[in-house]
Order: sequence, then structure tokens, then C-alpha cells
Amino acid sequence: MSTRDEVLELLRENARYTVEDIARQVGTDAETVEETIADLEADGVLRGYRAVVDWDQVDRERVRAAVELNVTLDRETSYNDVAERIAKFPMVESLHLVSGDYDFMMEVEGESMSKVSHFISEKVAPVPEITQTVTHYVMESYKENGIEFGDGDDDDRLSVSP
Amino acid sequence: MTFDIADRVERVPPSGIRRFFELAEEMDDIISLGVGEPDFSAPWAAREAAIASLEQGKTSYTANRGRSDLREAISAHVADRYGLEYEADDEILVTAGASEGIDLAYRALVDPGDTVAVVQPCYVSYVPGSIFSGGNVLDVPTKAEDEFKLTYEALQASGAEDADVLVLCYPNNPTGATMTGEELKPVAEFAREHDLVVFSDEIYADLTYEHEHTSIATLPGMRERTVVFNGFSKAYAMTGLRLGYAMAPPEATTAMNRIHQYTMLSAPTTAQYAAIEALRTCDDEVASMKAEYNRRRNFVLSRFEEMGVDCFPAAGAFYAFPESPWDDAGEFAEALLQEEGVAVVPGTAFGTGGEGHLRVSYATGLGDLKEAMARIEKFIS
Repeated sequence: MSTRDEVLELLRENARYTVEDIARQVGTDAETVEETIADLEADGVLRGYRAVVDWDQVDRERVRAAVELNVTLDRETSYNDVAERIAKFPMVESLHLVSGDYDFMMEVEGESMSKVSHFISEKVAPVPEITQTVTHYVMESYKENGIEFGDGDDDDRLSVSP
Repeated sequence: MTFDIADRVERVPPSGIRRFFELAEEMDDIISLGVGEPDFSAPWAAREAAIASLEQGKTSYTANRGRSDLREAISAHVADRYGLEYEADDEILVTAGASEGIDLAYRALVDPGDTVAVVQPCYVSYVPGSIFSGGNVLDVPTKAEDEFKLTYEALQASGAEDADVLVLCYPNNPTGATMTGEELKPVAEFAREHDLVVFSDEIYADLTYEHEHTSIATLPGMRERTVVFNGFSKAYAMTGLRLGYAMAPPEATTAMNRIHQYTMLSAPTTAQYAAIEALRTCDDEVASMKAEYNRRRNFVLSRFEEMGVDCFPAAGAFYAFPESPWDDAGEFAEALLQEEGVAVVPGTAFGTGGEGHLRVSYATGLGDLKEAMARIEKFIS
């Protein structure tokens, strides 16, 4: 694997690794890692770094919904046009064009169920190309961005073994 | 009355690991770099196959040699991976861990009074195994300056030409040393010249980071004199499922099976189902665990270099084997455990040749590894 791929994989594993620790794991020096990360950012490969939060452990309420969107297009409007318009709303966490029964899969996050509902009915549904929305509120999260939300496994190995 | 313990048991020296285990068990919040098994769980697909087999009530014995579909899968796997050609029918024996296979080989192939040359430092079972079968152990120490590889000269210097059996393990526990095909050639030559049987423990074969693993049994004239041991414990993180296999020409596995059929009957059935699935679908997970070990290996070797601790670039298993900062590695390991709460195992626990060294296992997550290395750095400065 190239250094670029190795660095990318390590950042995917844990974006808080220091450049020194990445360098040690990849077997290179910190400057090379700095440069590689700068290149990955400049090339638009790395688009950002965010924490994975289990909102159940936070006092503030946080509501999430997965929303199916159906659209009808005309000669002047493409999927990209619709997507760009929706993606600009800060409450939209993710937006994907998907195969299957509907066109877009959108994730929305807000402070309350009413805020999320209002957003969908007042901002998303009125978009002329959107013909239908189906909203699924998230009731429980088990895993996100590859990280499981369980209690984690205790290391039950013998402390010293041959 | 008191029990009169058998002589062959009394002759086995107490375990050097045991002492550290007891010390470590008394302490809270230690970080252990003294563990000889993966920190991962077995791949989920393998665990699920085991669960499914239980749901289907597959809880009876299997054939003595192991399920035939498992032996077929093993035969195909070792041919593909290492170029080892063994017949599923009569050259592969599925055992309860590679450890059972090694024990069977000793009992089936070593007579009282035979000389068993054991390449050291080594896994803790080789010397006792020889003693149990009445063999005389001949130490064949490897050296730090050879990066703990076995050389023709080391075999000569220890008088291994008079031995009947040569026991070796590469990739090695505790040193992490590996040997390339080229480096194994003189060893094979020595074995052929002096007509030695070779027990080759290749349990860490999938965990090499600088070059592909070569089995000594693939070298000319070696297949007919070698018993190869492998298993699912390390690469597939299945230690507790106890599943390994031995591969050798039919007369050897038949003799081993004669003991196995009476003492073990068959290896654990549930584990056999897990193993079949592991071979069928878990290559990607093995590869990603291996990639993770390699990153930790790089990390540990870099940190030792930064600390000025001499450590050869161990290229296999999940062990680094640095020189102890103090002359007495046992004292160092004990002090490190008591002062900083970091457990490592002194090389002497693994036989001759390990003096002045420490086995540092990197089968531990990077967070703990980082903290442990910081504590070691603090302790020695």
C-alpha cells in the first residue's frame, strides 16, 4: 500500500492520531505525513474531520431522521441541481442519490422532532421537483461511521501468557 | 498418603511466565504487553458459523482426523498460501490447537533417550514436550547478532548433528524473528546431512511483514522428514476455540492419530465449523488484522529507536524482542511492572538465548501501546 493510502486508512480509523504517531505506524517521518495530508486535502479527498457522537449519552435532545425523497426531473433540471439545492441546508447531514424505490436518501439532524418535521414540510417538500417524502425517525443508533455504540468488549485475556 | 508425582513431570522446570502472570494479577490497571494471543476476536463470520452449527445440533464427535471438508479446505489453503502439498485423507490431522499436534508428534516420534534439538528462545511447550516423551533436550541457542535466525553454524556449535529431532518455530515466539527461504536452505541442508526429523511450528505463518512465509517442508528433501504445525489461533484470532492441524507424510500422521484417537478422539466440533468458515470467507479480516499488527510493529520499533533501546526489526508474529535496558531483564521487567504498571516478559522465560532481552507483545490496541511505550520511556530515562 502506498503511503498516501496508508495515511488515508489511518485517518479513517482515527482522525485524531498525531502526525508523529501516523509516521511511526507507517514507517515514515512526520513531514512526509504532513505533506501527504495536505495533498489529500488539496485534492479534495479529505473533506473534513468530525467526531462520532452517541447522542444518547448527551443530555441535550438530538433527533435524527432518514428521509426518502422522490423527484421528477425536466429538461432543464438534473439530479445534481436538486441535490445542490437541498444539500445547502445545514440540517441536512448527508444526501445520496440511490438506486431502488426512491431517488435520494437524506439524513437530517435537528434539536427536536418538530424542528425536523418543520424543516421537511417547509423547506424540502416545497421544492418543485420533489414529489414525495417519507420520513423515518431514528429510534436507536447501534453503529455509526464504523464505530459500534455498545459497551465495548472488555479485554478478558490472561494478563500474561506464553 | 501423598501422591507420588511422576518423575517426568517433576523434571519439567517451573514456568518463567507463571511468575509474571501472578505479579501482574495482583495489580490493578496495568497495561500488559505480555500477552501471547491476539487482542482481536475471531472474525464474526467464523463465530456465526460456530453458533449456527450449535443451533443445528452439531455437537457430536467428528472423524478422528477432523471433518473431511475441513481437511480438504486446509489442504487447499496451505497449497495456495505456502505451496505445501498434503493429502486431506491421510496427511493432515486436525488437533485441539497446534499445541496438541506438537505433543502428539513428540509422543509418536520421540523415543526415550532420543535427542531433541530445540531452537531457542522458543515457545514454552517444546522443552516440556520433549521431557514428557523421555527425550533429552539439546539447547540450540540463536543469537541477537543473527537477529535470532537459526544458522548452520549455530546448529554445528550446539552439536545438533547427533540429534534425532530438530524443533524450530518461524515466525518466532518470543523474538518475532522470521526466516526467508534462502535463510532456511542451510538449515534444511544440515537436517538432510544429519538425517534429522524436523518439527516446524508455523502457527504465525500468516503474520509476516517483510517477506512471504516459507515453510521448511517445501525445500528439497524436507517434506519426507518434516512435521508442520499450524492452526487458527493466531492469524484467525481463535485461540480459545483450540483448533490447529499437523501435516506430515502418512506414516507420521497415522502414528500421531493413533494417540489422538484415544486421548482426544477429535478436535472440538464447534471450532471445526468455525474454521471451515474462516478458511472460506475470512481472508479480508485476516489481512486487515495483519495490517493493523504491522502498523503497531512499526510504531513500537520507532518508539524503541527514539528511546535508544536496541531492537532488531522483528518481521513476524506480534512480538518485538528489544535488548533489556538493564543487564538483568528479569529485574527490569519486575521493576517496570511495579513502578509503571507495564507488563513485559523477560526473554529468559523462553529458554536459553533470551537472556538480556524482553518480549514485548504488540497484540494490544494503539492507545494502550502508546501509553505503555511512554511509561517505558519515562522509566528508563
